[in-house]
Formats: sequence, C-alpha cells, structure tokens
Amino acid sequence: MDLSAINPVLLIASLMVAATPLLLAAIGELVVEKAGVLNLGVEGMMIVGAISGFAISVESGSPMLGLIAAMIGGALLSLLFAFLTQFALANQVASGLALTLFGLGLSALMGQSYVGIKPPAMATLDIPVISDIPVIGPILFSHDPVLYIGIALCAGVWAFLKFSRGGLVLRAVGESHDAAHALGYNVIRVRILAIMFGGACAGLGGAYISLIRVPQWTEGMTAGIGWIALALVVFASWKPWRVLLGAYLFGGINVLQLNLQAAGIAIPVEYLAMSPYLITILVLVIMSADKSGAPASLGRTFHASQ
Amino acid sequence: MIKLEKRPMPSRTLSVATPLIAVAITMIAGGLLFSALGKNPFEAIRTIFWDPIFGEFAFYYRPQLLVKGAPLVLIAIGLSLGFKAGIWNIGAEGQYIIGSLCGAAVGLAFYPFDSFVVFPLMILAGALGGWAWAMIPALLKVKFGTNEILVSLMLVYVAEQLLASMSLGLLRNPEGHGFPGSRNFNDYPAGTSWINEAAGLHWGMVFAFIAVIFAYILLNRHILGFNIRLTGEAPRAARFSGVSPTRLILFCLGTSGALAGLAGLFEVSGPGGQVSIDFNVGYGFTAIIVAFLGRLHPVGILLAGLLMALTYIGGEIAQGNLGLPSAAIQVFQGMLLFFLLALDLLTNYRVRFAVKGAA
Repeated sequence: MDLSAINPVLLIASLMVAATPLLLAAIGELVVEKAGVLNLGVEGMMIVGAISGFAISVESGSPMLGLIAAMIGGALLSLLFAFLTQFALANQVASGLALTLFGLGLSALMGQSYVGIKPPAMATLDIPVISDIPVIGPILFSHDPVLYIGIALCAGVWAFLKFSRGGLVLRAVGESHDAAHALGYNVIRVRILAIMFGGACAGLGGAYISLIRVPQWTEGMTAGIGWIALALVVFASWKPWRVLLGAYLFGGINVLQLNLQAAGIAIPVEYLAMSPYLITILVLVIMSADKSGAPASLGRTFHASQ
Repeated sequence: MIKLEKRPMPSRTLSVATPLIAVAITMIAGGLLFSALGKNPFEAIRTIFWDPIFGEFAFYYRPQLLVKGAPLVLIAIGLSLGFKAGIWNIGAEGQYIIGSLCGAAVGLAFYPFDSFVVFPLMILAGALGGWAWAMIPALLKVKFGTNEILVSLMLVYVAEQLLASMSLGLLRNPEGHGFPGSRNFNDYPAGTSWINEAAGLHWGMVFAFIAVIFAYILLNRHILGFNIRLTGEAPRAARFSGVSPTRLILFCLGTSGALAGLAGLFEVSGPGGQVSIDFNVGYGFTAIIVAFLGRLHPVGILLAGLLMALTYIGGEIAQGNLGLPSAAIQVFQGMLLFFLLALDLLTNYRVRFAVKGAA
C-alpha cells in the first residue's frame, strides 16, 4: 500500500466534483420537502436528467445545451409525480417509487445508442495566474462552471427561504397546508412549482455525473446517489448550508474510498465500495433523534374539501 | 368545473376494476411506445401477452410463468403486509440477495453430502438471512426512529457489494478454474430447489402458494392482521386501542425480509443455479409494483405476480423476435404503476361535473 500516492490537494478538488451532483439533487429535494412534499423519485429524475443531458450534448456538441436539456428532462418527469400526488391525490411514497422505477427504465431505453460514446468536454474555469496558484488554485479556481452554480444555488435557496416573501409562503405551505389554504394561498400551485424545481435540480445533478464527473453513459450510473441525496436532506435538518456541508462530507468519503482502492489498501474493494452507503445509514441513525426541522405537513396529501 | 368528493368508503367495485383498467391503459400507452420505437404495436402486444400462454411454443413458456412468478409473489406478499400498515420496506432486493447468500452458503458447506436434511437447512438459513437483513432497518426504526425507506434501500447497495465479494471469494467454486461464481446447485441433487425441472416446478412455487394462504388468513381472520390494517387506515385509533407499533414494525419488516430471503434461496438453488455477481435481476423492486397492482390483497398479488411474470417472459420473446429493447419492458412496468396510482383517485373519490358558478 502506498498512501503517499494520495495527493491532498487533488483529493479536495475531486471531492468537490464528487459532491456536486449530490448537492444539486439534495438542494432541490430540500425545497420540495420544505413545501411539504416527499418526492422519493430523485434517483429516477437524476438518471433521466443524466441521459437527456448526455444525448442532447452529444447531438448538439454543446455541453451547456445538454445541461439545460437535463433540467428540462428532470422537470418534465417530476410533473408526472406532481400530477399523481397533487391532482390524483395518490400516496407520495408510492408515487415517488413509481417515478424512480419508471425513470430507470426510461433512461435505459433512451440511452441504448449512447453507450461507449464520449460527450463533448465542458470547459473548466481557467483564469491565468489565479488558477495557477499552488494549493488554492486547483481547489478553488479551476473547476467547471456547474460546480460554482451548485454552491450559488445553495446560497440562493437559503436566501429565498429566509428572506423572501415567496420563501415564506413556501414554508407556510409545508408547515400547515390548511392554514396556508385558508389564507388564500394556492397550495397546489406552490407545491407543483417546488416539485418542478426539485426535478430540474435533480436532472442537472444527473447530467453532472454523465457529462462532467464520469463522463460517459452507462445504465443505472447514478448508483443510489439520488437516495443518498434524500438522506442528506434529513442529515441537514432541512437547512441549505448543512446540505452543502453534508454533500462535501459524503463526496469526501466517496473520493477517499476510491483513492484507497487505487492505492491498493488491504481492505477488499467491495467493502470499500459499500462504505458510503453504510456511513449514510450511520448518519441517518445519529440525525434521526432530532426531527424538529422537518416540515409539519411533510408527506401529507392536501385536498381543499377536508 | 370538475369537483372531487371523498367517498365515505372506498368503492369496492372500482378497487377491483382499477387494476384491470390500468392494465388496459398501459397496453394502449405501451403500444404507442412500441410504435414510437418503430415496432408494430399490435404484434408487440400480442407477443408479450398472448404468445407465452397460447402461442406456438407455449408449452415451454407456461412453466416459465410460474418460475418467474413465484419469487415475485413471495416477496410481494411480505411487502404488502408492511405497506398496509404504512411500513415501507423497499429494500427487498437486498434481503433477497442476503437470503440467497446464506442459504447457498449452508448448501455449499454440506457439498457433496447427500441427505434430505440439507435442503430444509438451506431454507431455514435463507429465511433467517433475509430476516436478519430486514431487522437492521426494523431495529433502527424502533430504537432511533430512523427512516426505514432509506435504510432498507441503502442496504440493497451493501448487499450487492457483499454478493460480488462472496462470488469472487468465499463462495467461489474451488473447481471453477478461477471463474467467478459458486458451484452450480443443479449438479447437487440434495441442494436443489427443483421438484421437477422438466415440468418447471420448484419449491418456491409451493412456498408462494402457502404464503398467499397464510397472508389471507392473517389479514382476514387474525387479530394481528386486523391491527395491521387498523394501523394503516387510522394510526391514532390503533394507538388508542393498544396496538404496539414496535411489535408491528418488527413483525412486518421481519416477515417481508424472511419471505424475500426465501425467494432468493429458491432462485439461487434452482432457476439461477449459482451465486454469481449479477444473479439478482431486480425482483425485489418489481415486487413493489406487484404488491400495488394486487391491491395489497393476497389473491390479487397472486394474479398480479403472474401478470408481471408474463411481461418478463413476453418481453424476452419480443426482444428475440422483434428486437424490442429490454428496457422497454421496464418502462412498461413503470407505466403500469403510474396508471394504477392515478386511477386510485376514482376508488377513493367521486368525480362530479358541476356547472360553473352553481357550486
């Protein structure tokens, strides 16, 4: 084993890349859950976003168009969930599961002719001088733009929820949909918008995996990241900055175990590969004692007649 | 204006009819999907739903229906108990893998010892393995209030890694010339789940039928079944009447884990044949669709399991004959669940068309 092969600067830089899809999906899901909706379809929306983004950027040659397509793809799929839960008043857990099962199948179908193709590369930020500063340069100033968008999104969601009128309405809908309805707010509309935002974020996160992190298309390539994003929202007690912290923590664990695999540590590969999932469980156990942050109407169906 | 009016009681007729309507709508939507893929929709639907039962080679496919249906029914019966009580075990795939690993390990430990006790011991180990794997989310939920959905699902990924590790290491066939995968159970008469391979009969089907009967009796004639239904429909009322949520969580998750473990064992020692890296094919997830399609009712699940097995087999035929991609069947199954959930509205609500302004 050779631990000196692991370069801490590169480790932190790749940690940020590994954390970004998680961060994007989790921040979207946080907004959805703040509106009182539990969407378990994150994994499905991510993988559909991954293939829509991949397909469009391969066809058009533009990674930016691909990212936009991924957001549209994720949002369209989430509309199905919105229809089921908000108009057909279906159970949110079952509908979310349906979305994931459907999304996994749909993405495999869409991606058949894209296996083994390389997507056009996304340009990374490259400011002369600044990007070349040792240590700080590679960590802070030489990433792809989406990574910075993810952090900005986190700040934006925090500010929106804390300071804006729209954020207040969204939280009111999530805490007590009956009270919000009585005050004249359109509960269904707020929730549908939140669900679509969550879908777009998950789609973008998925495309980040297929276009930037990996970058190629394989079936089921999100490998549970959507589910870890759901756990991350619980871990973060529904607070945006803690989502960022949690995403970097999980990203770090994942990158570290990949590095240990490469360094040839004595632990078998399979046991290292299961570590992110085991740590997710551990974190869930520690955090589940405190449920005070959970929106009070989370997962409850709203119908104006009741 | 369309208005929804909550029914005082869910409509019984519609709760039987909606799965059938959902299947019909899925066939239409599936036909559109297939024609979008450039296939003849009528031919595709006929290949999937008609040929396996009545076609030229039906004598070969009909037994396959039971082979594929048995694990689905076995798992879905267990899941339905929890789903009824609002306990969401969605990690059946993981319990299925661990059950198959434990059962196979016991069988392989006895190899080549030839005795009638080997297989019952394997069954026991398989059920215990699945049970133990499901007890992890159950105990964490009971002790710490941890969300069982996320924990049981995370454990699927852990189980998949364990499966890879086992088939490459501990359980690998010592005479397999270094290839991954265990000994084949079809070459070990004392440890195979086949009753009659030519007729396509294995013990999994027997257990699936027993599970259906037990679940029916449990839900309709036993106080535990009543408590399960009560907890799902009126959790507060259940608490006041003294139903212990802890016991219910342990029972529902434990039972579904044990049944999933059994399904895994019967699969690995029969149709699957050996422990290998990718021997699991997602029955644990498809069983979720089966449970809902069967209305969480034992008899419904039996029928739904057979229908879902039909789409698997028909999908394979369509793959060979028409070049239909295998993922198309997955999309088809996902659509079925969508339509079913959407149509549930009609069971629980009455749709009224009111003149605008009058209401």
